[in-house]
Amino acid sequence: MDTNKNSYTIIYSTVMVVVVAALLAFVSMTLKDRQQRNIDNETQKTILSSVNLVPDIETAADKSAYVQDQYNKYITPLVFNTKGEKVEGEAFKVNLSEQTKLIKAAEALEGEARAKALENVKLPLFQCKMDDGSIVNIIPVYGAGLWGPIWGYIALQSDNETIYGATFAHKGETPGLGAEIATTHFSKQFEGKKIYEDGVFTSVIIAKGGAKPDTVNEVDAISGGTITSRALETAIRSWVSLYSSFLGQNK
Amino acid sequence: MNKEIYKNPIFKSNPVTVLVLGICSSLAVTVKLEPACVMALSVIAVTGFSSFIISILRNTIPNRIRIIVQLVVVAMLVILVDQILKAFSYEVSKQLSVFVGLIITNCIVMGRIEAFALGNKPIPSLIDGLANGAGYGLVLVVLAFFRELIGSGTLFGHQIIPLSWYVKNGGFYENNGLFILPPMALILAGLLIWAQRSIQKDLIEK
Repeated sequence: MDTNKNSYTIIYSTVMVVVVAALLAFVSMTLKDRQQRNIDNETQKTILSSVNLVPDIETAADKSAYVQDQYNKYITPLVFNTKGEKVEGEAFKVNLSEQTKLIKAAEALEGEARAKALENVKLPLFQCKMDDGSIVNIIPVYGAGLWGPIWGYIALQSDNETIYGATFAHKGETPGLGAEIATTHFSKQFEGKKIYEDGVFTSVIIAKGGAKPDTVNEVDAISGGTITSRALETAIRSWVSLYSSFLGQNK
Repeated sequence: MNKEIYKNPIFKSNPVTVLVLGICSSLAVTVKLEPACVMALSVIAVTGFSSFIISILRNTIPNRIRIIVQLVVVAMLVILVDQILKAFSYEVSKQLSVFVGLIITNCIVMGRIEAFALGNKPIPSLIDGLANGAGYGLVLVVLAFFRELIGSGTLFGHQIIPLSWYVKNGGFYENNGLFILPPMALILAGLLIWAQRSIQKDLIEK
C-alpha cells in the first residue's frame, strides 16, 4: 500500500486522533474520583494544619483516612457573604481562584458599586470546635505569587482578632526563597498576632527587614522572597478584610 | 538477540552522560531520592512503550506526518503516567509537578524512536526503550542520592546523618544548601561524565 498518498495520510491521522482521544477520555473518567479525593484530602490537611490538628500525620498508617476523620470531627464548613450573612453553598467546593478574580474586579470599582460587586463574593469559612469547646474560625486566603498562585488558611481565636495559627502553600514559588512561606518556621510567626487594633482592621504586615519587636501585627518577611512576601500580605489583607462584618458580628 | 541493545544504554552509551540528553529534567527532579525514583520509572515506562508502539506501527506510518504520529503516541503515554500518578501517588506527583508532563520533551524518548524503533522489530525496540530509560534513571538516582544525603542529610526522607551532629544541636555538621539547588546537579553530572570518560578512554576527543 502506498503510505504517501494524501487520502491515506488524512485517514491515518483521523483514526489515530480518535483512538487516542477515546483512550485518554476513558482513563480520565475512571481516575477522576480518585484524583479529586486526593485533592480534597490535601485541602483538608492544609485546613487542619492551620489549627495544628494533624499532629500524627507522619506516623498515621492511613494518612488520608486520618485526615478525613480529624476533619469530620472538628470542622464545620460554612459560606458567608460580605455582609456577614450565611448563604447557601458548600464551603469546600468554593473556587478560591474565581472568588479572588471577583474581588480584584470589585476592588477596581469605587463606593456603592464596589460594595455591590463584593456582595456576590462567596466567603467560605471553616468553623473548628476545639477540644476545650472554644470556636476557632478558619479563613482562606488566596492570591497571585511570583510564579503562580499562593494560598493558605488563617485561624482566628474566639476573640476573632488574634491569630490562632496559619498555614500557607504555593504552586511554584522559588525553592529556598519564596517557597519558604510553606514552612512552619514562617507560619509559626503568625501565632498570637492581632489583625485588629482598637477595632480597626490592620491585617498582618509582612515586614521586609524584619518585624519591629514592639508591634502586634508584624512578622518577618522572607529574605530574597520579597515579591512572594508582598503578594501574601496583599492576599491576606484583601481576603480577611471581607470577613470584617462577620467577625464583628461574632464578637 | 544482541546483548548490546540493553547493555550499552546503561553505561557505554548512557543517554545522560554520553549522549547528554535529558539533562534539564535530571537537574530538576534530583533534589530527593523518592521523586527521582518515580521519575525514573515514569521515563522507563514512556521510553519503553513508545518505542514498542511506534515499532509496531512503523510500516504503516505515513512518512510526511511521522514526527506528529510519534508525538501523539509519546504525549498519550505521558498523560497516562501523569493521570495515574495523580490518582495513586499524589504526594510524589505534587513534587514532580510539571516535570512529568515535560517527559514529552525529553530528547531521549524521541531520539530512541527516530534512531531505533523506526527501523527495528517491536521486541528489540521495547528493550532498547526500556534500557535507555533505565540508563537515564540510573543517573537520576545517583545524582539524587548525593544531593539528598549531603543537601538534606536524609535518604528517602529518613534521617541518615545523626541529628546530634548538627550545629543547632551542639555538633559540628551543617547541611550543604548548595546541593539542593540545580547548579550543584550540573556540577555532579559533570563529575559523573568525567568519571565515565576516565574509565572509557575511547570517549575522549582527540
